[in-house]
Amino acid sequence: MDYSQFLALKQEIGLLIVFLLVFLYDTFAGKKSAKGVPVAACLGMLALTVYGFFESGAQATSAFAGMYVGSPVVAAIKNILNVGVLIVLVQSLKWANSEFTAVRRGEFYELILLTLLGMYLMISSRHFLMFIIGLETASLPLCALVAFDKHRYESHEAAIKYVLTAVFSSAILLMGLSFVYALSGTLYYSGIAAMIGSQMGVMLAVALAFVMAGFGFKLSLVPFHLWTADVYQGAPTSVTSYLSVISKGSAAFAFLVVLTQVFGSVYEAAWEWMLYTLIILTITVGNLFAIRQVNMKRFLAFSSISQAGYIMLAIVGHNAMGVSALMFYTLVYIFSNLAAFGVIGAIENATGKVNMTDYNGLYKTNPRLAVTMMLAMFSLAGIPPFAGFFSKFFVFTATLNGTDSVALYVLVLVALINTIISLYYYLLVVKAMFINESEEPIATFRSACSERLGMWVCVAGIIGLGIVSYFYDYLLTVAA
Amino acid sequence: MDITIPILILAIPLFMFLLLGLAGVKMSHKLAGALGTLGMGTVLLLSYYTAFTYFFSGNPEFVDGTDRLQAVLFNHTWLQFTPALAIKIGFLLDPISAMMLVVIPTISFMVHVYSLGYMHGEKGFQRYYAFLSLFSFSMLGLVVATNIFQMYIFWELVGASSFLLIGFFYTLPSAVSACKKAFIVTRFADLGFLIGILVLSYFTRQLDFLPMTQNPSAVLSSFEGASFLGASALTWALVLIFVGGMGKSAMLPLHIWLPDAMEGPTPVSALIHAATMVVAGVYLVARLFPLYMLEDAALMFITVVGAATAFYAAMVACAQIDIKRILAFSTISQIAFMMVSLGVASKNNVAIHEGLGYMASMFHLFTHAMFKALLFLGAGALIHAVHSNNYTAMGGLRKYMPVTHITFLIGCLAIAGIWPFAGFFSKDEILAACFANGTFWGLWMMMVAAMTAFYMFRMYFLIFWWDNPDYEKEHHGHRPHDPGLAMSLPLIFLAVVSTVAGFIPFGELVTFDGHEYHIHIDWTIAGLSMGVAALSIAFAAWLYMKKNDKPQRMADSVRWLWTAAHRRFYWDEIYLFVTRRIIFDGICKPIAWFDRHIIDGTMDGLAFVTNKASLAIKGFQSGKVQMYIWWYLIGAVVLGLITAVCVL
Repeated sequence: MDYSQFLALKQEIGLLIVFLLVFLYDTFAGKKSAKGVPVAACLGMLALTVYGFFESGAQATSAFAGMYVGSPVVAAIKNILNVGVLIVLVQSLKWANSEFTAVRRGEFYELILLTLLGMYLMISSRHFLMFIIGLETASLPLCALVAFDKHRYESHEAAIKYVLTAVFSSAILLMGLSFVYALSGTLYYSGIAAMIGSQMGVMLAVALAFVMAGFGFKLSLVPFHLWTADVYQGAPTSVTSYLSVISKGSAAFAFLVVLTQVFGSVYEAAWEWMLYTLIILTITVGNLFAIRQVNMKRFLAFSSISQAGYIMLAIVGHNAMGVSALMFYTLVYIFSNLAAFGVIGAIENATGKVNMTDYNGLYKTNPRLAVTMMLAMFSLAGIPPFAGFFSKFFVFTATLNGTDSVALYVLVLVALINTIISLYYYLLVVKAMFINESEEPIATFRSACSERLGMWVCVAGIIGLGIVSYFYDYLLTVAA
Repeated sequence: MDITIPILILAIPLFMFLLLGLAGVKMSHKLAGALGTLGMGTVLLLSYYTAFTYFFSGNPEFVDGTDRLQAVLFNHTWLQFTPALAIKIGFLLDPISAMMLVVIPTISFMVHVYSLGYMHGEKGFQRYYAFLSLFSFSMLGLVVATNIFQMYIFWELVGASSFLLIGFFYTLPSAVSACKKAFIVTRFADLGFLIGILVLSYFTRQLDFLPMTQNPSAVLSSFEGASFLGASALTWALVLIFVGGMGKSAMLPLHIWLPDAMEGPTPVSALIHAATMVVAGVYLVARLFPLYMLEDAALMFITVVGAATAFYAAMVACAQIDIKRILAFSTISQIAFMMVSLGVASKNNVAIHEGLGYMASMFHLFTHAMFKALLFLGAGALIHAVHSNNYTAMGGLRKYMPVTHITFLIGCLAIAGIWPFAGFFSKDEILAACFANGTFWGLWMMMVAAMTAFYMFRMYFLIFWWDNPDYEKEHHGHRPHDPGLAMSLPLIFLAVVSTVAGFIPFGELVTFDGHEYHIHIDWTIAGLSMGVAALSIAFAAWLYMKKNDKPQRMADSVRWLWTAAHRRFYWDEIYLFVTRRIIFDGICKPIAWFDRHIIDGTMDGLAFVTNKASLAIKGFQSGKVQMYIWWYLIGAVVLGLITAVCVL
């Protein structure tokens, strides 16, 4: 065996080293020095992120007989995920050191790093066996993370719901894949694509539907989304933010790779219409539910469902622009959603309040938090000049690029109408903070240094990505 | 020529605007006024130096033998959109821009000095000087523009700063509505200008003036005979550009803003509404004149509009009571003189060199700026003394205000066209150019000139002679008196200029093609026009020298005409009718109804449906994980089935 192949896995190996260092430190550190574990994890992640940027120019590589590939696009999406994970880790520092979780704080960081490793593999794999390993590595530790707040009943409930649904969806996905295997006799993406050619059959249709359902679970597409709200609400806020952006972003990219590389040839025959249906359902249903939510985390759960629909739009175009639009959307979504979760987490840590009515009059007592939240909401709603406007714009452009299909125009029109609906509920939050009066507003408090750092980075991202075109241009050149 | 001075000419007023606008509130009135005046004084010296260098240095950059050249001192690319489309900011020096470099800073500086006295103690004194600087900057940028887009930018800046100055007394409702009116009307006209620019540059692929004006035949060929609604595209472009000029220069029917703009402080009227902004339209036509020469239809349009405006404004001026309004209508009429002069300078005019009309127009622009500023500033002194704009509150003032009286008389003589005052020379050239084009235009304009002499002296006699009211009783023991030095000196200076400016050998300096043009005074026309003017003055003296009831009887005998003229021939009412009844009621209201009921209704309906749908699917999210799994399975199976059915 040629061991030099492992050099292609520099990112994964780096992550593994960070994980092992944190793990060993946590295991052997004394009670006092164990306090440094979260900081060590953050520093490790920072080092990995910085290292990733220098690796991003890497040429296309492959290892293990083509089961693993590396390319500038893959490196770019990994970098984006790194940035997101780093923000999540920094933002959770205060929570991890709190009374109930301090005793297990190391585990939180180790599990997060492990799931990230799974996502790396999922993104890089070009073989379904490897893909499943990556997927499960990314999923199973998440169950533990959802249940992390052991003292809270909802946390248990969320974890159980998550485990059951995840297992079920894995089963469906594996069933779909076994159909595919039966049809083609191989698990390599390229091999399957070559075998099925443009032949479409009932078996392939069912297989495709099951594969889509499997991804639908990870991405919480309607109707595979029902777990989302309960799990987001029950899980610790840091885990929720991780679930909603990182897990979703990596799955979206993997979905894109599978759909285009494996089933690209039967696009028009099979999954085009399935995707349209899923997108319209996802955006609309997500929005309709978001309108009625009172719990902020549940509210963001439905918002993230509808955002996933927009991410899927980038796949529809199924061109290079779509790839860059998807990456850009993920990046912007990371900043916007993490800013929102940062505020929610800060308020939850300080006061324990998570309902929208608690936010009434927030601007008067905590103007900075209110403005951060407002920017996040504006970006999620897609109001120019904030980044969210451009990410939506690029997704729509990618969808309509060079097409004259009426169906696509209708699809984008539905998405646009839903943008208006989403504006309503995003502005509800802004209204609560700025306009509504409150008898007992959240008292003025100073959020922890780490929380502020995370929010500053997010705000910089929301504004910076909207104004500076460099990042999108870079992603476009990478994807082309 | 070194480009430092041109840059400073533009930069100093801009800097003064920023300084006084941002830091003005922290300054005392005195300091702000001194700074603004000092800045303008510097600009005055630099501009004089530039103009002097241009005309007299003999620098090969500016003159070739006896021909004057058009020199681009700098032309910086400001916005590069495509390789072909770039917007530049530059400095063009040629006879007319050099002339404007004399006119604008002179008047502006006089107004700066004058305002030190006139605006003394007004609230917002610093703001006033900041706006004056902004206006001067815009106007200077306009005249030195190297390309039509730069001109458009500064054109709009001029409009904006005039808006600010007219509305300076922003607590007065009349000032507020006047500044809105001025802005809306001129902005509306600028729409024509913009479309004209777009049409012109669409065909010529060019925004710079020089490549167009130095090679008009290339412009003509670039249009390739394109036409629209029976007129050539070039005519359309030129007429539309002229519409922009009509707005700024208050030509009929877009003149309605200028009389109302008199709500601004009087020195502002002198600066903007006599000498600089209102001649921008004339300047624009002069700047593009080689192109207008290509299209007789466009020139004809200018002539007709100008002649109609000149007559109309002179009629109205005879029946006004407010002295600033009289001056405003007189300005409209005089600007129309300049327009007509340009309009009759057609190349088909074989009787006389086509450069005459052009030269005469520019000459009149120059002299008119001086004596009209003088008259406005004189009116300011009168208003300052008697606290009223109406001549009914004045009379017999020659005894109380000798300086104002003499300078005002000089202004009146100049505008009436009496030798040797400045107006005589320039008006004579205009009449000569009109007669050369056609006897009709010549007689028409001579009639307007006679009316000019009449209404100016009507005003003069009513202010300084006529009655002798008891001022001490009316003004609590104060007699009206001449203003202080700050206000008198500009009056005296401008009076001197108005007296001698006619002897400037203008034909040698400012001509259409840069060749010298020798002015011959045609004594037949000159004598005739002066005779007519003298008769008009005598008639005015007979009517208004001493208080009597002749004017009243005369007005009563043609009551309908007098009332109509006094009400400015109902133009404002026509506009109100068109905007209120036709545009607001006829167009806007139905659109508003559509918006409120159909569009809003659709939106409300959408919101209603959304809300209902949201309620209806609430049960979907039951919280039971077994139900979730069911839905999941159903989703997957239905997806698979649909696809399978589609495949089969």
